[in-house]
Amino acid sequence: MDPAGQMVLANRLTDGRVVFLAAHGGWVDDIAAGALAPDASTGTALLEAARRDEGRNVVVEPDLIKVRQVGGRYEPVAWRDVIRAAGPTVRTDLG
Amino acid sequence: MYRYDEFDHTLVAERIATFRRQVGRRLSGDLTEDQFKPLRLKNGLYLQLHAYMLRVNIPYGCLSTRQLRKFADIARRYDRGFGHFTTRQNIQYNWISLAETPDILAELASVEVNTMQSSGNCVRNITADQFAGRARDEVEDPRPWCELIRQWSILHPEFSYLPRKFKIAVSGAPVDRAAVKFHDVGLYLRRNAAGEVGFEVIVGGGQGRLPYVGLTIRDWLAKDDLLSYLEAILRIYNLGGRRDNPQKARIKVQVNALGIDEFRRLVDEEWAQIKASPLLAVPAAEIDRISAYFAPPAWEQITDEAGLLVRQDAASAAFAAWRRANVVAHRQPGYAIVNLSLKATSMAPGDLTADQMDAVADLADRYTLGELRVTHRQNLVFTDVRQKDLLAVWEALDKLDLATPNIGTITDIVACPGLDFCALANARAIPVAQQIGRHFQSAAALQDVGELSINISGCMNACGHHHVGNIGILGVEKNGQEFYQLTLGGSSGADASLGDRLGKGIPAAEVPPAIEAIVGTYKQLRNPGERFLDTYRRIGLEPFREAVYGPDAGRRREVA
Repeated sequence: MDPAGQMVLANRLTDGRVVFLAAHGGWVDDIAAGALAPDASTGTALLEAARRDEGRNVVVEPDLIKVRQVGGRYEPVAWRDVIRAAGPTVRTDLG
Repeated sequence: MYRYDEFDHTLVAERIATFRRQVGRRLSGDLTEDQFKPLRLKNGLYLQLHAYMLRVNIPYGCLSTRQLRKFADIARRYDRGFGHFTTRQNIQYNWISLAETPDILAELASVEVNTMQSSGNCVRNITADQFAGRARDEVEDPRPWCELIRQWSILHPEFSYLPRKFKIAVSGAPVDRAAVKFHDVGLYLRRNAAGEVGFEVIVGGGQGRLPYVGLTIRDWLAKDDLLSYLEAILRIYNLGGRRDNPQKARIKVQVNALGIDEFRRLVDEEWAQIKASPLLAVPAAEIDRISAYFAPPAWEQITDEAGLLVRQDAASAAFAAWRRANVVAHRQPGYAIVNLSLKATSMAPGDLTADQMDAVADLADRYTLGELRVTHRQNLVFTDVRQKDLLAVWEALDKLDLATPNIGTITDIVACPGLDFCALANARAIPVAQQIGRHFQSAAALQDVGELSINISGCMNACGHHHVGNIGILGVEKNGQEFYQLTLGGSSGADASLGDRLGKGIPAAEVPPAIEAIVGTYKQLRNPGERFLDTYRRIGLEPFREAVYGPDAGRRREVA
């Protein structure tokens, strides 16, 4: 399955929670509201915006990750990112 | 237990105030992440996959019920209702907020707990035998010496920026329950030929990407010389440890590069210059003051209850199985040491909910004089249970799911948090531990297999201590998939050894059947009374390799 595109994922500075860069420029907890970059240049622009927010002490360590569409929802491609987005596999109540 | 004096309270309070200012400056942007990271690490705060993780020191594994209740309170108010006991006798919280951390540290300080140097390139939490002060085989209680080392190492002006982390463990018994030979410095309390108690000093042990068994640098060190000799070792390490490559910066690399004889020569040369320094003297009065905190409690003068226990065993096979596996002889007649197994498969190894913490604290107040220990195998200990209370303790622990009769057996698994929590991990460790635990559930099966340790790490950093498991399991990642490499024959005891690699990594689903095959081979080929480790050392790797991979291992799918 080809990736649908890319999103930017980071940790929020204040509480360390995983957040996604949203289309409106803010940061959201739910990957469903993350801004999707369908091509490389859009991805680069999103990451640059994220790094500006890193400089403004909003987030830490922003990362451009591949995502795909599964059953109508976006899901990260890399297993590590799946766990970051959904929470620990051994505590599905804590995602 | 050690109680803070005015100096300790002031030190911790000032440290928290400093960190509160540092957090404020980070949140406002006055400090960059690169500037702030070493500061937060020195206070035990990591940024992990889901949130910040806070590592809290439990010095040499000793815990009061008041402290355990505070851990429960922190878990409820600042985390998600649970905590994780680690392979260094600490507790970790996985869902911490940076903004709230100074308040958390202040709460911990109110019960004389801190996070200073639980991370960072400095001397970390001093660990010890979990049965210290209670075991029948003990030469001397290591805890006063652990406390002395702790005080010497905290905010040591010369050793706050070491090339890398530095871990020290102390054992007071010939049976090593503290993995002494796998620490940067390990200490055994021993008698010399004249019957005097002193220290055998081990240096250069460690796991991680480059595992080494520690080497004896000094057969016997007088107690009075402990701090000056440690100072000399740390100075040689600080000067010569590699700062150019974090993967090679531990003292184990330096010791093995120089050779133990040259390293010893350098240490002795340094030691000769500082040995007489009054700053490093161990005043008898100070040792007496510290030792007084660890004086034996006011045990009742009672006798062993052999008859009662035999009758109780006969009345309940489950109680008998638990007593056989989880209860250890105490040095005081009429008492017993009780291991609490934190290995029920409903939880991750080493995890305890806030409700369990409170319930365990209540039990400890009622049955074990208000004190507990944390073990480096991620379990807890009640140190002073009257034998006549064992049945009641078992019933209560069983209700809490803390009485699995598996201490030292195949389901007493040590597992790091792994890829479910840790930013460094390549693969998950907890689900593998739970799968193995479910596979070997019967008490009869556990007893039949006997002493067998399994350790699981989610990456080469080996926080699960997989190198020293009788069966070690290392999670690796290849092409986005998790695989697990098995090792056999590791031991963290005085007969220390590193495990031997069995073969190529296997998928998670194949791990329990592989363990089954290994255990089956052991049972088939063991001599009467042989532990798994003994059988392995006698017959070697090949029978087990064939059992897991088949006679033609080349037909197996190629994995990393």
